Amino acid sequence: MSLFAVMLGLLAGAGLMAVTGNNPVEGFLYLFRGGTMNIERIGNTLATATPLIFAGLSVAFAFKTGLFNIGGAGQMLIGGLCATAIGLTFDWPKPILLTVIIIASLIGGGLWAALPGLLKAKYNVHEVVATIMMNWIAYWAIYYIIPQHFKGPFLETESMRIPAAASLKVPWLTSLFSGSYINLGFFLALIFIIIIAFILERTTLGFELKAVGYNRDAAEAAGISVNRNIIFSMAIAGALAGLGGATFYVGFANNMQIGVLPVQGFDGIAVALLGANAPWGVFAAAVFFGLLHTGKGFMSAMTAIPPEISDTIIATIIYFAATSVLIERNWDKLLKLDFRKLFARLTGKKLETNTGGEQ
Amino acid sequence: MVELIYQLFPYAIAYTIPLLITSLGGLFSERSGVINIGLEGLMLMGMFVGAYAISTVETANPGTVIWIGLLAAAFFGAIYAVLHAFACITLNANQVISGIAINMIASAVTVYLARILTGSGNVQIIRGLSRQTIPVLSEIPVLGRLLFTQSYATTWLVLLIIAFATFLLYKTRFGLRLRACGEHPHAADSAGVNVYLMRYMAVMISGACAGLGGAIFIVTLSGEFNGTAAGLGFLALAALIFGQWKPWGILGAAFFFGTASTVANVSQAIPTLAQIPGIYLKTFPYVVTLIALVLSSKSSQAPKAIGEPYDKGKR
Repeated sequence: MSLFAVMLGLLAGAGLMAVTGNNPVEGFLYLFRGGTMNIERIGNTLATATPLIFAGLSVAFAFKTGLFNIGGAGQMLIGGLCATAIGLTFDWPKPILLTVIIIASLIGGGLWAALPGLLKAKYNVHEVVATIMMNWIAYWAIYYIIPQHFKGPFLETESMRIPAAASLKVPWLTSLFSGSYINLGFFLALIFIIIIAFILERTTLGFELKAVGYNRDAAEAAGISVNRNIIFSMAIAGALAGLGGATFYVGFANNMQIGVLPVQGFDGIAVALLGANAPWGVFAAAVFFGLLHTGKGFMSAMTAIPPEISDTIIATIIYFAATSVLIERNWDKLLKLDFRKLFARLTGKKLETNTGGEQ
Repeated sequence: MVELIYQLFPYAIAYTIPLLITSLGGLFSERSGVINIGLEGLMLMGMFVGAYAISTVETANPGTVIWIGLLAAAFFGAIYAVLHAFACITLNANQVISGIAINMIASAVTVYLARILTGSGNVQIIRGLSRQTIPVLSEIPVLGRLLFTQSYATTWLVLLIIAFATFLLYKTRFGLRLRACGEHPHAADSAGVNVYLMRYMAVMISGACAGLGGAIFIVTLSGEFNGTAAGLGFLALAALIFGQWKPWGILGAAFFFGTASTVANVSQAIPTLAQIPGIYLKTFPYVVTLIALVLSSKSSQAPKAIGEPYDKGKR
């Protein structure tokens, strides 16, 4: 179903390449070769996918409770800040340091998202607006905290380099993928896919969360505390994004830049939509986006096409995924609808005439 | 202290105006029932179009070119907003996700085009709008110096648009219908209003306003398109919510945020303000919005049908 959105996204990308005087076939060829042509690039694709998996899981998890977490970017920043701060402060053996970093980023991101959850539960503040505000609060917090406490030796705008002991990169993995960025974060992501799938499918918490997502009132009537579940759901979603931040700032990258909201926070929405909010679907979607992001550098080196084409493709996929987001509930009916809409558009009929038939 | 206010005020106004006009755009869209998280992207589109239009014809025609740029930005903002309208109104998409897509598409496509057109991701204009002192009015004690000295023509344009928009929304049939679409679309429909058409128009107006806002930011404050609206669109959204979806409310809220941002921006240069850590000054507008949301949660004036796709068949 989401393949439809992917196809339209790729088509839009092709169109943009064509109207700007480039050859789309050549563009896509280099784009996909750039992400897969050797073991190092495959490693980079997986490394790029890692924070996306977490961001996607975060959005998908909140979705299950009927919540929309667009605060992934801010939660990633806070998780990344926790990880960076610990990595730059303590001089412990690697296994201990990494464990503490992971736990801290999980808690940091979780608490950052629990606040909008609390505001939603207690005061009915819409979580979309609250998480947007939290994103910018995190953005400015990082903007001032990093130069003040963890300034790098050369630039005001970045933190010190993470020491090897605090990095999720490990020599054996790097050399296995001939020098790629891939790091332990990828395995952490796999573990958390399994954990989240387990929580959702096999635990009372998961059942309650989904019940709240399907029908708030029915869940309330059945004795499930809706408010508590909203806060839990946001906290877990935030914890996942926070972990994503750790895998990005002390895994993929070696330091923290200020003045940037991590784009993965928003791409996570696309990943979740494309993965139909299912943990393994998120994995597949994240790897696909990882491929686009990894390949774009190679593509723009080999052709005249600017690398932003892959961001355009992802953004267009979100757009088309949005127009068919209801798929999640009953995609049978919607598949028919899509064809009918397509048919209606092809024959030039007005779409409104169809809406009556949907019911 | 008084001197400080005199010095800061023009900058605060200059910062307020793009926020205000963008927020007004959000007001139109949301009053008609369509959430517009995409203001940031619409603004960015206006920034790009404005900067590009001005930079291409600048040397040939220096005087009127800025107004051509503003007009082009508003026009393309409206065109771009159709994408949001189509998803939300015709395809019944999730309005929040569509808005996010609008933001992401804008930030990718504008930089893509900027690279194709100029080689780098930036578009610079040589001369922005100049500040002007209005002859007679500037002689008024206190007010004259605050408002009519060193002001941009765009400031007066935007205030005029706000006044006109208020009249349009509250005193005309069009405004009544538009508001009805956001409060109770089915009732509006049974009264013979074409809800789809009204919402399309409202979203396009929001695109034009946000595009204009982005271009005004370029010609007054930044002078350069660099691929980001730096959260201005989200601040405008916050002003809309803080201002409780009312024209005079957003005027107050935008001025409040404009002043807060200006204070934060110049704080390092002013000894009294430099003592306050920048982190507090910069996060202030967002924290205030969160608090305002909590306080207003009981009596929110949000349009009732906001976020709901209108479905003729559903009663």
